[in-house]
Amino acid sequence: MSATVASPKHLLGMDGMSRDGLEEILDLTDTFAEVGRRSIPKVPALRGKTVASLFFEDSTRTRMSFETAAKRLSADTMTFTAGSSSLSKGESLRDTVEVIGSYGADAIVVRHGMAGTPHRVADWTDACVINAGDGCHEHPTQALLDCYTLREKRGNLDGMRIAIVGDVRNSRVARSNVLAFSMLGAEVVLVAPPTLLPPSVDGWPVSISHDLDQVLTGLDACYLLRMQRERINEGLVPSLREYASDYGMDARRAKLLPADAVILHPGPTNPGVELTVEVATDPRSVILDQVSNGVSVRMAVLFMLLGSVLDVAPSRSSDDSEADG
Amino acid sequence: MSLVLRGGKVVDSQGERILDVEIGDDGRIVSVGNDLSGDTNLDASGCVVAPGLVDLHAHLREPGQEDAETIESGSRGGALGGYTALVAMPNTEPATDCAAVVEQVRHLGAAALCEIVPTAAMTVGRLGVDMAPMGELVDMGVGIFTDDGTGVQDPRLMRRIMEYSTGLTARLGRPVLLAQHCEVSALSDGGYMHEGDWSSRLGIPGQPAEAEELMVMRDIALVRLTGARMHFQHLSTASSVAMVRGAKAAGLPVTAEATTHHFSLTDAACASYDPVFKVHPPLRTDNDVAAVRKGLADGTIDAIATDHAPHADHSKEQPFDEAPPGMLGLETALSLALEDSGLDLPEILALMSWRPAAIAGVNDRHGLPVVVGNQANLCVIDPDETWTVSGRAMASPSSNTPYEGRTLRGRVRHTIRAGEPVVVDGEARR
Repeated sequence: MSATVASPKHLLGMDGMSRDGLEEILDLTDTFAEVGRRSIPKVPALRGKTVASLFFEDSTRTRMSFETAAKRLSADTMTFTAGSSSLSKGESLRDTVEVIGSYGADAIVVRHGMAGTPHRVADWTDACVINAGDGCHEHPTQALLDCYTLREKRGNLDGMRIAIVGDVRNSRVARSNVLAFSMLGAEVVLVAPPTLLPPSVDGWPVSISHDLDQVLTGLDACYLLRMQRERINEGLVPSLREYASDYGMDARRAKLLPADAVILHPGPTNPGVELTVEVATDPRSVILDQVSNGVSVRMAVLFMLLGSVLDVAPSRSSDDSEADG
Repeated sequence: MSLVLRGGKVVDSQGERILDVEIGDDGRIVSVGNDLSGDTNLDASGCVVAPGLVDLHAHLREPGQEDAETIESGSRGGALGGYTALVAMPNTEPATDCAAVVEQVRHLGAAALCEIVPTAAMTVGRLGVDMAPMGELVDMGVGIFTDDGTGVQDPRLMRRIMEYSTGLTARLGRPVLLAQHCEVSALSDGGYMHEGDWSSRLGIPGQPAEAEELMVMRDIALVRLTGARMHFQHLSTASSVAMVRGAKAAGLPVTAEATTHHFSLTDAACASYDPVFKVHPPLRTDNDVAAVRKGLADGTIDAIATDHAPHADHSKEQPFDEAPPGMLGLETALSLALEDSGLDLPEILALMSWRPAAIAGVNDRHGLPVVVGNQANLCVIDPDETWTVSGRAMASPSSNTPYEGRTLRGRVRHTIRAGEPVVVDGEARR
């Protein structure tokens, strides 16, 4: 099987992506999901390419997901774990990026606590830049895997009504998903107290609610955002207990949700806060599917940016040792 | 050795007329008229001959951050921008909060291409805790106090500073000017751009306009209480402008400045995530820009200032939160005023020369009409010359201009500082 795909230079966000571009990645993901189900889930598609992870913020899950994706494509990987601040070492971000470029990275996967950092990195390197989460801005591969998971469960997103619940203000997942879900034809409602909403949603393709119970009955999907404990110290909500009581998904609320609805969460969950343990194991919860689809989506993204001709013939075992060297 | 500016149109606080201007050895204007000729003649044909510009707000970084700017390089940039006097902000390292640092700034300023007017911090170390030795500093001739870079947060301390300053009027010979950077840090901390539509979309934590407005409101109330002479720095929001307008209508002794960038750029610029657009107070909305322009036009805002804030390249090559706020301004301010303020040249010169000269207390030598006997602090502006902004080409060792690549109309051809032609044909002479 062989195909060529359009190859944009970077994946920085959903902002600016077209519906066609998004659907192309989701279609490509099907191919790599199939690879993932093989006994040896590895193809030589990116042999000789190097994928560097540049993580300024701890994220074991996202980093492992990208590294797994790169290794299944037979790319070499390297990890640059930086402190939270490069300035504190007296080094500018640009210096760091130029050093990584000099190691010959073909793609740089960037996670940073501040919005826009991957965009800056892209200004200073010839490598492809993938945004693996920038502050409160975007997390495009999360949105892709969420769309893929919804499409897998429900066919397509057209006409779906999706609630995004919780700390939208500080959530890169929410920003990317608002754009992605609405691009694919879904109707999005943000459910949160005013303190957890962005200062302005003017021009956003969303409606707003402060009442989860009222929203639940008409939903096709309910996306629960992670609630960080820091938000309590910042005075955005009185307590986790009150948050869980007003915006948490418990058994009572799960009953209000239609039988064919889907419950998503980007992980890791705070049990008893965003959702109860009982709800996490509800058949409508697709949290584990999200994780496994994450690898397939990231394979598709890496391939789209770095690959040329799609060849998903199984990798010969001799390739494996080379590729991981 | 006499110097003659030939063929220009003089524009000053007395109006406009075609005149040659002759400057004598003592640095003063010795004659004005037609067909004058001196030992040296500078062509001003097609140009405007105006009193030199006065910037109420320049960060010259010395002492402490000489890799970003020095008093010498800053004054060179100032001269190239048409300035003959720069009010130097005291957020140096160490802060200019005592006689020794003021002396150092004065000493370095003596060799500069512009007159350097030192200011001092209102509080020790600009920490907002203890009042700086204002009496001692006033006795040295310091007439402007500011913690610029931050506002004095504690309203009780601010009240005391205001009260204390009113007792120093006689020692200074004029009211002490307290210049406030209005920003309630409890509302602005953790924010890196204006809070609104753009910050929400970009995911950059914002600072609400109210962080500025609450302090403007507080200080107007404290001026009413104390009678202190207050100057509001870099007003950036529509409500701030409206409050100052109201305070002036009520007869309170307040003045205000606005920066070039606050009438020429909006928060939309931050969409590039380039911290060259990061500045405090932040770039605001179209509505705020319109209010600042209106405030400049109706006299609510007394002066256009630069808030020239050089930062070395490496410090801006950082994520948006880590990069320091501030942008270059001295070499672009006049052109941007001509392009973006909506005002004509005589109005702009009032806002950039004689009104700020009066606020800074240097109006015995700057901003004066072009008449015989006055010290020759002049700039010659070619209103039709177009040029393209380049940070690298500027006098500053820093290059953080937000106007990189923009083509502007109007440029300074010559600058005369106390009779010395420090800029000739757009080139600094030293």
